Amino acid sequence: MGASRGGDESTSSSSQARRISRRGALKTGLAGAAAGAGLLTVGGIPAARAAGSDRPIRIGFQVHRTGIGAVYGRWYERTANAAAAYINELGGIAGRPVELVAEDDGTDPRRGAEVVEKLATREQVDFVYGTLFSHVVIGSAPRAGELKIPYFVVSEGYHVASGKLNRYVFQPGITDVRSQITAVAGWMMGNLGKKVAMIFPDYAFGYDHRDFLSAAVEAGGGTVTARIAIPPTETAYSKYFPRIPADTEVLYHVMVGPGVLTFVREMGEHFGSRRPAVFGFVDSLEGVPMTSPGLEFLDGTYLWEAMPRQAGQYDTPHERFYRERVGVGPDGASIRDPKDVSTYSHMFGCWETLFAIKEAVEQSGYRDPTPADRKALIETLEGFHGFNEGRSHPQGPKVFDGRLHQCFGQQFVSKVNAGKLEVVHRTAIEDSRYEPAADYTKMAL
Amino acid sequence: MSLGPHLLLALLEGLVGACVLALTALGLALVFGVMRIVNVAHGEFFMLGAVIAAACAGLVGDPPWLAFGCALLVAPLAVAAVATAADWAVLRRVRYDPESTIVATIGLLYIVQQSVLVLHGPDARAVPAPFYVRLDLGWFGYNGYKLMVAGAAVTLLLAVWLGLGRTRLGLYMRATQQDREMATALGVPVRRVYATVFALGAALAAVAGVLVVPIQQAHYLMGLDPLLLSFIVVIVGGLGSLKGAVIAAFVIGVSDGFVSVLFSPTLAKILATLLVAMVLVVRPRGLFGTSEA
Repeated sequence: MGASRGGDESTSSSSQARRISRRGALKTGLAGAAAGAGLLTVGGIPAARAAGSDRPIRIGFQVHRTGIGAVYGRWYERTANAAAAYINELGGIAGRPVELVAEDDGTDPRRGAEVVEKLATREQVDFVYGTLFSHVVIGSAPRAGELKIPYFVVSEGYHVASGKLNRYVFQPGITDVRSQITAVAGWMMGNLGKKVAMIFPDYAFGYDHRDFLSAAVEAGGGTVTARIAIPPTETAYSKYFPRIPADTEVLYHVMVGPGVLTFVREMGEHFGSRRPAVFGFVDSLEGVPMTSPGLEFLDGTYLWEAMPRQAGQYDTPHERFYRERVGVGPDGASIRDPKDVSTYSHMFGCWETLFAIKEAVEQSGYRDPTPADRKALIETLEGFHGFNEGRSHPQGPKVFDGRLHQCFGQQFVSKVNAGKLEVVHRTAIEDSRYEPAADYTKMAL
Repeated sequence: MSLGPHLLLALLEGLVGACVLALTALGLALVFGVMRIVNVAHGEFFMLGAVIAAACAGLVGDPPWLAFGCALLVAPLAVAAVATAADWAVLRRVRYDPESTIVATIGLLYIVQQSVLVLHGPDARAVPAPFYVRLDLGWFGYNGYKLMVAGAAVTLLLAVWLGLGRTRLGLYMRATQQDREMATALGVPVRRVYATVFALGAALAAVAGVLVVPIQQAHYLMGLDPLLLSFIVVIVGGLGSLKGAVIAAFVIGVSDGFVSVLFSPTLAKILATLLVAMVLVVRPRGLFGTSEA
């Protein structure tokens, strides 16, 4: 499904005459796109000053190589490296090569803050990038703010858009949990039922689900029958399932960490064929082969996906290009190892964020990690209105809200059918918008 | 779900948890009882067992029962070998001094954990159970393999019990526990007893790890939780008392099951920790502990 939209090569200045998305919000930026980057800006901010220094742009990559986020970290690293290699093939950022400086944070918030500091002060990177787990982002962001270094997270959490963090933190490459829930809650209640029991991880990311889904369900005339928080280090889940009331129509699940497979398997053991309708976030199954023993019970259940794991479900030339460059096969596993399943609904954020950085650097004329250049970069990025779909943004077109430092994009609902995820619904970007609660542009730099 | 099935699930979960906990904690209690050392690396032996099971599953592949059988043989032996090496290379060098061994076993914890991270990687690996039966109990389903885990754990506990009471090694161990100097004077090879006990404690943890891995997943950080619970059990039961450890494991495991199912797992952890605090205040030597050695 889904016809191709936008240009093939949105980072190349030769592709300005592309077909632009139908979406009204994106149309605003046509003039800006002509400035050279496939990117939609307000009024034409001058194109890259470029050239001059040929010092590489050094981007600190805060990566969860170890700890509970390791599976995501591995794929984030592969994706980031693939994106950096592709950017360098295209001539780099503003004519300068891009260099990733990766550092493991152990998926640990305290270590995360130290990593930001090390990358900023010892490695003297231009920006820090790539953090996923929300508790690590929340632990690291204040340090990035103190060091006044732009910090690009790929985290999904609502913490960026909530206004809780600071002016240096951006999330231009992946949508946030609140917008994902806002986009799919209506579909879920319309198609599966209105009495919803929720299972979510017992920390910030899970609370975003709890709060925004509860609000969406109540707004849609439904009721939440149970809210079950599970500690992220939990290893046994059977004991949680009795708390789901019998009259529940929809079981809504989202789980992360090393126990996800056990979680889904035990859910199947518990309910067997007497299960309610099940709607989950694919986070519960990221990195897990759909053919794992015990997952048969997921057949006929629904999952939210940001980017369909199964090839052909969102078939665009950009998606095919991206899939090949990150080394993922048709079933979502690594081409080299069919057991090594990707985190396909999250890792595109690393790819797209790196291109957002490229575009912001080129548009702002950023050269060196000086306060003036950083200010220019931040203000330029805050002026962006979105990104066109293309090789640099293969998940789909994005709207960017500079006040929230957050992008918005399309979402997918997929049905599990014989161990494969088949897209049954695609949301529009407008479906995921909500009333902004913050304005970072009013904060001091 | 109505109250009856609710209680049944609580009981099942509690009993299975308690059996595994008893097996894990028994090793810790044994090591403390005989050697008077607090082995902080105990949870890592549990983790090693699970990781070796994952490696066996990777090497042997199908059928799962064969891989599981291999793991059940290889893991305790391999982990016992690691423990023996640690005993020889570290514990003996610090003369089993109680304070030094705490620091030494903390070091051992990190060495084992980080070695597994390097060799096995940071991923959680699923290991297929030797058999898969979903028992449909009418109100809910239950994994039949979990009941086998409980059965195997009880069998092993009985075997250790008999071994301690009926064998020469058991006699040596009890003699060393009661009075090390007197045992040495009577010709008990205390050094060898120490090495054996340390290896046995590690092997018990490893077996628990192998049994548990098909219902959890092998992960390099999985040793921390069982370590904490084992300490709680050993402190409540009475430091060094095997009977105390087993009884405390069942009290804590079953109550954890009930509180988790009926209220919340977080509350269960709070109550267990509170129990330790209460026991330390009211009866510092634990429920079955003898007076300070």
